[in-house]
Amino acid sequence: MTAVLTTTPITDTGELDSPARRARRRLFKRKAAVAGLVVLIVFILLALLAPLLVPYDPIATGWSLVRKPPTTAHWFGTDELGRDILSRVIYGARASLLAGLISVAIALGIGVPLGLVSGYRGGFVDALISRITDAMLACPFLILAIALAAFLGPSLGNAMIAIGISATPVFIRLTRGQVLSVKAEDYVEAARALGNPDWRIAVSHILPNILPALLVQATLSIAAAIIAEAALSFLGLGQQPPSPSWGSMLNAAQRFLTQAPWMAIWPGLAIFLVVLSLNLLGDGLRDALDPRQR
Amino acid sequence: MLNFLARRLAQIVPTLFFVSVLIFSLQQLLPGDPALVMAGEERDPAVIEQIRHQYRLDQPVPVQYIYWIKGVLVGDFGESLRNKMPVRELIAQKLPVTLQLGAMAIIIAFLIGIPAGIVAAVKKGTAWDYGANFFALWGISTPNFWLGIMLIFLFSIELGWLPASGYVPLTENWRASLAATIMPAFVLGNAIAAILMRHTRSAMLQVLESDYVRTARAKGLSERSVILKHAMRNALTPIITLGALELGTLLSGAVLTEQIFSIPGFGKLIVDAVFNRDYAVVQGVVLVTATVYITLNLVADLAYILVNPRLRG
Repeated sequence: MTAVLTTTPITDTGELDSPARRARRRLFKRKAAVAGLVVLIVFILLALLAPLLVPYDPIATGWSLVRKPPTTAHWFGTDELGRDILSRVIYGARASLLAGLISVAIALGIGVPLGLVSGYRGGFVDALISRITDAMLACPFLILAIALAAFLGPSLGNAMIAIGISATPVFIRLTRGQVLSVKAEDYVEAARALGNPDWRIAVSHILPNILPALLVQATLSIAAAIIAEAALSFLGLGQQPPSPSWGSMLNAAQRFLTQAPWMAIWPGLAIFLVVLSLNLLGDGLRDALDPRQR
Repeated sequence: MLNFLARRLAQIVPTLFFVSVLIFSLQQLLPGDPALVMAGEERDPAVIEQIRHQYRLDQPVPVQYIYWIKGVLVGDFGESLRNKMPVRELIAQKLPVTLQLGAMAIIIAFLIGIPAGIVAAVKKGTAWDYGANFFALWGISTPNFWLGIMLIFLFSIELGWLPASGYVPLTENWRASLAATIMPAFVLGNAIAAILMRHTRSAMLQVLESDYVRTARAKGLSERSVILKHAMRNALTPIITLGALELGTLLSGAVLTEQIFSIPGFGKLIVDAVFNRDYAVVQGVVLVTATVYITLNLVADLAYILVNPRLRG
């Protein structure tokens, strides 16, 4: 009897792609996520190219231009010191996006190593890190950030540190949980059997496998961090005047709401759009990276 | 059940200990000499020395912690530098205001979030579903302080229907009290409604595919009765406990909302304390917040077990 080797023709060439490429293709199939990505890229470009794009100096005051409604010369109107709101909104993107990125980088930088150690090591170290994480999670995010910023002193840099630290426990817990779920996988056992040191197993074998979950959480955390930065700046604990930030612009706007309502619209809309785009992207990434969707 | 309760309580003690250490160490973040910072404008060395002694800043940090925690355990959070009032009294004064606001916000969140989630799940893939999802995204992405400012502009300045700021206690004049708190409560409840809607929708979708819902339909029950009696009851159990866990969102939100609407609650207390460099108040507020949050988490866990017979054992 001769064995017949049958071959299954590959109908979907996508099956041959790497997981990253498959995930990217799934992401680009989601219109909402693509829209989020486009809006986000626009804001990143605005922030990077701000000096080339702004029609006026964002901190130049003009006494003859105080609280003028939108005109062809000043599309978004002017504020209580006669500054061009459009220019300030464009420059404000810098503070917001920077705060989002840096505070989440801080949270990742502290949270991921601690989560890896906690999940991989177990025992007393795990118990200690877990209880500290619980303690931090028991303080509401913004209240912890405000308290930290208050004690550190008001500045954009300190606001980023405060937000970053407040966002850290989420990453510790996420990393720890993910590590626990992949720790027992065969490839980790295999790496251990080959005699790899613990740190190499954690960094080269476990970390790459938990990256998708971290990426999704990081995207959503950047959105939360941007709102938190705006909130701290609104309270006067973030970006200091006269440097423009969306949060502090809203603070000024509230004081002149009766006379100059346009001052409140644009910075708020900018925060909303950036946060919305990050949330859309985060949701899209979650769906694209979730293996159960395959 | 008792076993579970004992285990949970045993977990809470170390968590509370670390919370207290965390909050106490905030003080160590103060740049420079804390006695100088507390003294504010005062520059007299004798006064500064007295402050240093009064707050035991001349003692080692662990000793300072022991003195502080001893006070906290008997409800003594120190004294407000600004009002010369015990922090405990300040908190007791402001907490009911925030509780009223929070309770209204939770009611609004449940009234919007749960029906929206049910409709979105039952009419999956239709305009209703897209509409509800859009609402959820809007709710999650809108900064609540911006929403607050916009609502003040619309309902107070343009239409003149509601007061823009201020607070009237419920016991004094319930109509004025509701008028003053409805906007801030909506602002607070809005974000939670969005989160509840998403959870309700996914829980309902899961339940609607289950066998007992198919059985209920097969025996000829009306769709209304299938959804309201069979599906909803089971889907909502986890959602109700989830509502309790959104307290963190609520308290964070209250900080800015109370600031915008000038409501003299817990959130405004912490912001004012931050600006007056009234650090004992900041620490007291954060500590009480965390303790309330931990307690509610425990209550939510217990409620979940009580309503879910399968977990009792």
